[in-house]
Amino acid sequence: MNAENLIALLIAAPLLGAAVLLLGGRRLDGVGHWIGTLLSTASFVFGVILFADLLGRNAEHRTLTQHLWTWISVGSFQADVTFRLDQLSMTFVLLITGVGSLIHVYSIGYMEHDERRRRFFGYLNLFLAAMLLLVLADNYLLLYVGWEGVGLASYLLIGFWQHKPSAATAAKKAFLVNRVGDMGLSIAIMLMFTTFGTFAFGPVFSHVGDASEGKLTAIGLMLLLAACGKSAQVPLQSWLGDAMEGPTPVSALIHAATMVTAGVYLIVRSGDVFNAAPDAQLVVTVVGAVTLLFGAIVGCAKDDIKKALAGSTMSQIGYMVLAAGLGPIGYVFAIMHLVTHGFFKAGLFLGAGSVMHGMNDEVDMRKYGGLRKYMPVTFITFGLGYLAIIGFPGLSGFFSKDKIIEAAFAKGGTEGWILGACALLGAAITAFYMTRVMLMTFFGEERWRNQPTRSPQAPSAEPAAEHHGEHAEPHPHESPKVMTIPMIVLAVGSVFGGAFFSIGDRFLHWLEPVTGHSEGDSPLSAATVTGATMVCLVIGVGIAYVQYGRRPVPAVAPRGSLLTRAARRDLLQDDFNHVVLVRGGEHLTRSLVYVDHTLVDGVVNGTAAGFGGLSGRLRKLQNGYARSYAVSMFGGAALLVAATLLMRAV
Amino acid sequence: MSAAAVHSLWTTAADPITKIDAPKIEYGQLSPTLIVVGAAIVGVLIEAFVPRKSRYYAQVFVSAVALCAGFAAVVALAADGYGTTKAHIAAMGAIAVDGPSLFLQGTILLAGLVGLFTFAERRLDPAAHGNRVDSFAAQAASVPGSDSEQAAVKAGFTTTEVFPLLLFAVAGMLVFPSANDLLTLFVALEVFSLPLYLMCALARRKRLMSQEAAVKYFLLGAFASAFTLFGIALLYGYAGSVSYATIAQVVDGTVTNVDPALAGTMGNDSLLLIGAAMVVMGLLFKVGAVPFHMWTPDVYQGAPTPVTGFMAAATKVAAFGALLRLLYVVLPGMRWDWRPVMWGVSIITMLGGAIVAITQTDIKRLLAYSSIAHAGFILAGVIATSKDGVSSVLFYLAAYSFVTIGAFAVVTLVRDAGGEATHLSKWAGLGRRSPLVAAVFAVFLLAFAGIPLTSGFAGKFAVFKAAAEGGAVPLVVIGVISSAIAAFFYIRVIVLMFFSEPRPEGPTVAVPSPLTMAAIGLGVAVTLVLGVAPQYFLDLANQAGVFVR
Repeated sequence: MNAENLIALLIAAPLLGAAVLLLGGRRLDGVGHWIGTLLSTASFVFGVILFADLLGRNAEHRTLTQHLWTWISVGSFQADVTFRLDQLSMTFVLLITGVGSLIHVYSIGYMEHDERRRRFFGYLNLFLAAMLLLVLADNYLLLYVGWEGVGLASYLLIGFWQHKPSAATAAKKAFLVNRVGDMGLSIAIMLMFTTFGTFAFGPVFSHVGDASEGKLTAIGLMLLLAACGKSAQVPLQSWLGDAMEGPTPVSALIHAATMVTAGVYLIVRSGDVFNAAPDAQLVVTVVGAVTLLFGAIVGCAKDDIKKALAGSTMSQIGYMVLAAGLGPIGYVFAIMHLVTHGFFKAGLFLGAGSVMHGMNDEVDMRKYGGLRKYMPVTFITFGLGYLAIIGFPGLSGFFSKDKIIEAAFAKGGTEGWILGACALLGAAITAFYMTRVMLMTFFGEERWRNQPTRSPQAPSAEPAAEHHGEHAEPHPHESPKVMTIPMIVLAVGSVFGGAFFSIGDRFLHWLEPVTGHSEGDSPLSAATVTGATMVCLVIGVGIAYVQYGRRPVPAVAPRGSLLTRAARRDLLQDDFNHVVLVRGGEHLTRSLVYVDHTLVDGVVNGTAAGFGGLSGRLRKLQNGYARSYAVSMFGGAALLVAATLLMRAV
Repeated sequence: MSAAAVHSLWTTAADPITKIDAPKIEYGQLSPTLIVVGAAIVGVLIEAFVPRKSRYYAQVFVSAVALCAGFAAVVALAADGYGTTKAHIAAMGAIAVDGPSLFLQGTILLAGLVGLFTFAERRLDPAAHGNRVDSFAAQAASVPGSDSEQAAVKAGFTTTEVFPLLLFAVAGMLVFPSANDLLTLFVALEVFSLPLYLMCALARRKRLMSQEAAVKYFLLGAFASAFTLFGIALLYGYAGSVSYATIAQVVDGTVTNVDPALAGTMGNDSLLLIGAAMVVMGLLFKVGAVPFHMWTPDVYQGAPTPVTGFMAAATKVAAFGALLRLLYVVLPGMRWDWRPVMWGVSIITMLGGAIVAITQTDIKRLLAYSSIAHAGFILAGVIATSKDGVSSVLFYLAAYSFVTIGAFAVVTLVRDAGGEATHLSKWAGLGRRSPLVAAVFAVFLLAFAGIPLTSGFAGKFAVFKAAAEGGAVPLVVIGVISSAIAAFFYIRVIVLMFFSEPRPEGPTVAVPSPLTMAAIGLGVAVTLVLGVAPQYFLDLANQAGVFVR
């Protein structure tokens, strides 16, 4: 059997799972979670087989394609259902299915008490299938199908507890914000079609040279808009924090394996387009730099553990987008950071879920404290994830983030200095807020004693609490094995992933044939950058320790400075959206509605009434008498003959 | 005179007789028709010799086998290349075996088979005196409401004659689009029309209405046939032949040897124009084009619904096939004459059907007007006078026939005490009571309206594209406007089903046997497959789009 033929199975397995689980009905309630996990794991196994196959080939022959059928063929418009598996998509496949499967396993325990667990696993499988379609598509239109599928699955999962208005709203918000990005992708595809006459990867990339730079910049910016939507980059970042309304495994899945990585994939995949459009690239780097600071600042101010991690994700994806915007200097490192981030962020979220599991679904870190004694496994795995994300030497975040900072400086010129400085500052803030999360949760005094949880200040507490009994003092405990084992596996990845990839530039050599690579000319030596990063790291950790480790953490949040208050409100992103977009939109729609009512409806209703009247009159001709029907036929025949003769006469 | 001399006289006299060739009939190529006709005759024998109790089963079995075998024969012929490279004219010039013939015959046979499923349905009407009954009258000859009718009902009679009648109609329809001379065309027309007239009169419920419909259909059909026959005579006068090929040659002016007996009329263009218009009129009557459409609503409403579904689908396929062949094979030389006229017919058909449908209150009449509007859309493809025109019409017909039979099959399910509840007001809120049935019907309506992802869209798109490329852009514009008008009343039914409060005394949805389910299921499946992945079938129709001359 050719390896090519396996590609479709990667998608087919979770898709089958989704179909079986969602159509199978209640009779599958007992085994649904096992089916979902099994099929997700099967996809991972196929991925590993294909990976082994790719490793056995020369670097030039590592692109496999599988053509399934021609989807649409109308004139010169040709869309195929073809999959493309190369080093880039292979990396994503392993990340998606590997981390995805671990999250499946974890969810077996996490969702144990939920009545709709079968449905949940169906959605998870759908999520994986859509994401795999996205990264395996060989043309932009098919990618768009996966893209929309991801949007749909995220909507279903974020709003999984739809009985909570906040979850339903969050799902709607994620969907709507994503639609804005989707518009960008569809416009980009249309532009590609008008420019190149196709949207298949191969032909588009090889004809980039034929197009004007202006057009390429336009395509690039539209792709960036799409990426901003899915990857929660400024200005389309507002959905990510609210998306924490979903069950915690969903957050892990969205943040580590699927969804937010799609934007980075899109930019790296379209590298040839961006390379030829330096203006678009510059915008990409700016968006990345702004987002990495934005997310980090938001992460500092949040007391909700999941929202703090959400800010962190935004910031880390900002790093990746920044790297992707640097062009061939950064593509490989963007993906490398994406993979390592996949490990430690999934681990951190699963850890946060485990903490919540043991704390009656409390999410406010001010009501945690000193949990390391009660949840040793969670503490250790979370701690390793923490060390990885702040870039502690030797752990995976250290290697990948350091490379991005180096690459940012290597862009050269003033831009290089500014971007590099932003990245460094981001590293310091990352160290600060992650240390804060760590200290507030696992160290310090046990602030959860003598107070009931689920105060009104924790609006996004999860409803499974009903099973534990509300308003009782929590009894922190370690989570079951089915939850801790995935966390341990991810922790191992967080620790060793970066070193494994970096030593001997393994990852670079693996990915280079697809993305290309160049060194750039850095004004600073690698050692200087690493040193500076370490200094930032120490400063960040130090400040956090002084603030949260040495002093007691107040159980009720202090008022805080203006910046803190703004950051708590996600740097006023929703207020901005509300004032500019919602109000503006309301005015626009109101005036449009007025025009619609008076002008458009007037015309439409008038036409309808006109046709209705005509219909009523014509209907009278149909009087039921065969004789008048015959007369009509005779008249018709006479007319027909007369008209035919007339045509000849004319 | 010696015996030998007498003998020699005999043989010399007999000589010229032996020189007449025995007609050469290609039985293999005619097998689809022959199988169906044979089965129809067997059906008649079954009526005569099989005990009443077993007739239903025997008839259904024979009919199903015949239709399947006929379809298999069509497929075998097509696979053998008779649709493309080996296309030729069989049976001494009477029957054309070519792509359009085979495609349309295949469609008619499938429509016949699906129609048969709905004919054979015996679970919808409540059993009469312990006997399961179908949609057809217990005894056709008994006067409605009379004692003899009640006796027939009590005895549990059923009119199993409908099955051979169906087969005869199918046989006529198989010949109709492949007829290659005018006489064969006329004979085929009558062969399929007469069984249809009969079947229209056979409704079990509302028999008076059914009989009225049949009489109207018969009278008007006879009237139209007379026109056709007169047109054929005129064309014969013009060309000196009824053969399509010869007439076409005369139209083109490539014939040199003029039959002395016809020298006075031959080549007289008035005969051609009037004759052609009259033959075309007969065909337009069958497809239900305005202004020859008046029979359609009355007959569709009165006929037993399974017959309506079959008739609406298969007659249209056969008649459009014949119209295509007439216009493309016989009359291409005068297309500058007929095209503008057909333009006019197409426009008033599309608009007329769509507009009058708006105010209909009976679902069967609504579908009748919808079928008129569809005839207009298909005419737009006919006018394209290109290979694309042919193939788009073929595709449209195939798509349309399944939707139609499916839609009428759904109509048979919605019932109240008086039989089928066809008044639209009774369909209010059907989506709440029977979501599945309403959803299926909604799919059919969307296909009628030509909404993307249904076969209706693919068909309409193909037809309009061909018409636009054939230079008929204004026609396409009017077609799109009529589609918009038509969408109004299709969607209105959907709104009625899903967004209105169900009425307390509303109808119930009967649970049909697997037969009707199969008819509906096939309809939905074909509608969605042709809508989502039409390419294979468009290619098939495109391959079949060349007439043999």
